[in-house]
Amino acid sequence: MSMDIITYDGTFEGFLTGIFECYNRKIFPVEIVSRNGEQKHLFAQKTDIQPDSEKADRVWKGIQQKMTGKNKEMLFYAFLSEEPGIEMKIYRFVRRLFSGYFNIETDFGDADVLYLTQASQKVKKEAMRMMQFVRFQHTKGGLYFCGIEPRYDVIPLVVGHFQKRFADQRWLLFDLKRNYGVMYDNGKPQEVTISAKEFSQINGRVNENLLEEGEEFYQRLWKTYFTHINIQERKNLKLQRQHMPRRFWKFLPEMMILN
Amino acid sequence: MNKLTVQQKLEILSDAAKYDVSCVSSGSNRKNSTKGIGNGVACGICHSFTEDGRCVSLLKTLMTNHCIYDCAYCANRRSNDRPRATLTVDEIVDLTIGFYRRNFIEGLFLSSGVIRNPDYTMERMVQVARKLRLVENYNGYIHLKAIPGASPELVHEAGLWADRLSVNLEISTEPNLKLLAPEKNFPSILSPMTQIRNEILASKEEARRFRNAPKFAQAGQSTQMIIGATPETDRQIILLSSGLYKTQNLKRVYFSGYLPVNLYDKRLPALTSPPLVRENRLYQSDWLMRFYHFKAEEILTEDQPFLDLDVDPKLGFALRNLHQFPVDINRADYEMILRVPGIGVQSAQKIVLARRHRKLTTEHLLKLGVVMKRARYFVTCSDVVLAASGWTPERLKHKIVAGSVSKNRKTLDTQLSLFGNFQAALPPLH
Ligand code: SF4
Repeated sequence: MSMDIITYDGTFEGFLTGIFECYNRKIFPVEIVSRNGEQKHLFAQKTDIQPDSEKADRVWKGIQQKMTGKNKEMLFYAFLSEEPGIEMKIYRFVRRLFSGYFNIETDFGDADVLYLTQASQKVKKEAMRMMQFVRFQHTKGGLYFCGIEPRYDVIPLVVGHFQKRFADQRWLLFDLKRNYGVMYDNGKPQEVTISAKEFSQINGRVNENLLEEGEEFYQRLWKTYFTHINIQERKNLKLQRQHMPRRFWKFLPEMMILN
Repeated sequence: MNKLTVQQKLEILSDAAKYDVSCVSSGSNRKNSTKGIGNGVACGICHSFTEDGRCVSLLKTLMTNHCIYDCAYCANRRSNDRPRATLTVDEIVDLTIGFYRRNFIEGLFLSSGVIRNPDYTMERMVQVARKLRLVENYNGYIHLKAIPGASPELVHEAGLWADRLSVNLEISTEPNLKLLAPEKNFPSILSPMTQIRNEILASKEEARRFRNAPKFAQAGQSTQMIIGATPETDRQIILLSSGLYKTQNLKRVYFSGYLPVNLYDKRLPALTSPPLVRENRLYQSDWLMRFYHFKAEEILTEDQPFLDLDVDPKLGFALRNLHQFPVDINRADYEMILRVPGIGVQSAQKIVLARRHRKLTTEHLLKLGVVMKRARYFVTCSDVVLAASGWTPERLKHKIVAGSVSKNRKTLDTQLSLFGNFQAALPPLH
């Protein structure tokens, strides 16, 4: 029996197409891996898969039918964790799912199931952190801008949240690491890239001359508030770090007093 | 008198408001239906954490720290000589919107000292909320303190604009309240509390019949008690708070360890630091009642009216009731699994789901997040029988307390348990 490896373009759609082709061509791969990723098996038979939205959709619908309630998105979130080897874990899970086992997403005694559950929780937590730690700067012309660096590619997961909350506001959430953003204007969000970057690539701070007049005032008052709401007698820096990881500090105006 | 800048006022007034522990912004599903700004997120969101590790979710400030009263435990009492300030309605509205639009906060928590009289004070607080809703088209979170003694009409209007209302009980028995806050009394606190309860229930009833019925304080009501300023026992406090949950339908009872602010006042105990460990044990007990199906009487017995500061109340319960253990992980009811020290709500839920697929071993338990160092004395699994049989409670307690790597790790950790049920609310994809 030959050792088969499936390679794909690194997108979720491409990956789902890969699963479709495994069934279609009766392949039982030893590895499914992004074209750009590192491959362990040197002498394997490689099959490269082009993403196909129809095939991907069929697999996704099939998965959705067999998953319950809040677990419906679990495999997608787990995929976004970008953990090495996550594809095979998802693939094995899907095999079990399609071969008629019932409710397997609660079989936490199984290593794959537990791993996928935890990976998806990590991604959800990172999305939550965007809702917590995004800070908009009001720029001339009225746009509210935030540049930030999520660990996983979660900006798309929080667009709905910000869209509901800031419905009457023009805003732009920019992922500094992945170099793209989502802009909300005129009632609809769209993906954008930025060529002339008039903000810091490190902490997303917009160049001062481009800030709206009130911006300095609100940031200063926010810092004032942050300092004075603290209770000295209860100082607990470890707890602070635990809830608000260091890697976000440079994006937070209130933490700039200390930096 | 020099005119203070908004910044100076905020310094004074947020300083004065910080001891009010309620920072929760959860429980509201208010929609941004007016296409304005803001919405409520049921789980609440913490936007920052101060050096004390506490969650910053709301702009929490007093409207004014002037006060006509003289409560012994309060830094703003009229006999204290300290800087005073008052924010105008417009200034509060402005700050709230400015902070909210930058995603600094989930909303506003407005409390106040009493100026002139309770109605005058309450009326201005209601104005803030009214302006936010009607002029600014703001649908974010608002928590208003109801001033004891304010008229029912004002409390009613406050509830129409606010997501949450609260009246602070502060001192948990009437004689002690009379002693420390002679100008206050239980009826002036309990009557708005009861009014709020009734209006919340009525508005829920309305909502069932008419879809667009106005909502009243949809995120419910809460209260706060000061711990350690008066000699009440933990049992008295826990019984009172569990009674309040039941009779007044409260969403939360907060405890605030007494900070010695007025050392000169001899009616107060001479503490040097706030009783944080005790406060934490009380929160843990509260947690056990709300999420672990414990009854108040199970946590504190009549002959042991104070919580053990060395061990958390759940372990305390297990040690007093060794005859109910070990618990068989593969067969016991969910309720019983919840009672095992070292097993949290999430692990317990996973256990009862996972055991339908296969028998669980200790290895599984570890992976599901069970703290085996603790749990091992109280459970049996399919692989090993780990029973605490033959151990005396004292020996077991010693072993567990000495065995935890740093036994004080959790004692300062109020927030950790407070936000244990803090879950991501993700919008559906596709
Ligand atoms: S009424 Fe409130 S602000 Fe005034 S002294 Fe008493 S506790 Fe302090």
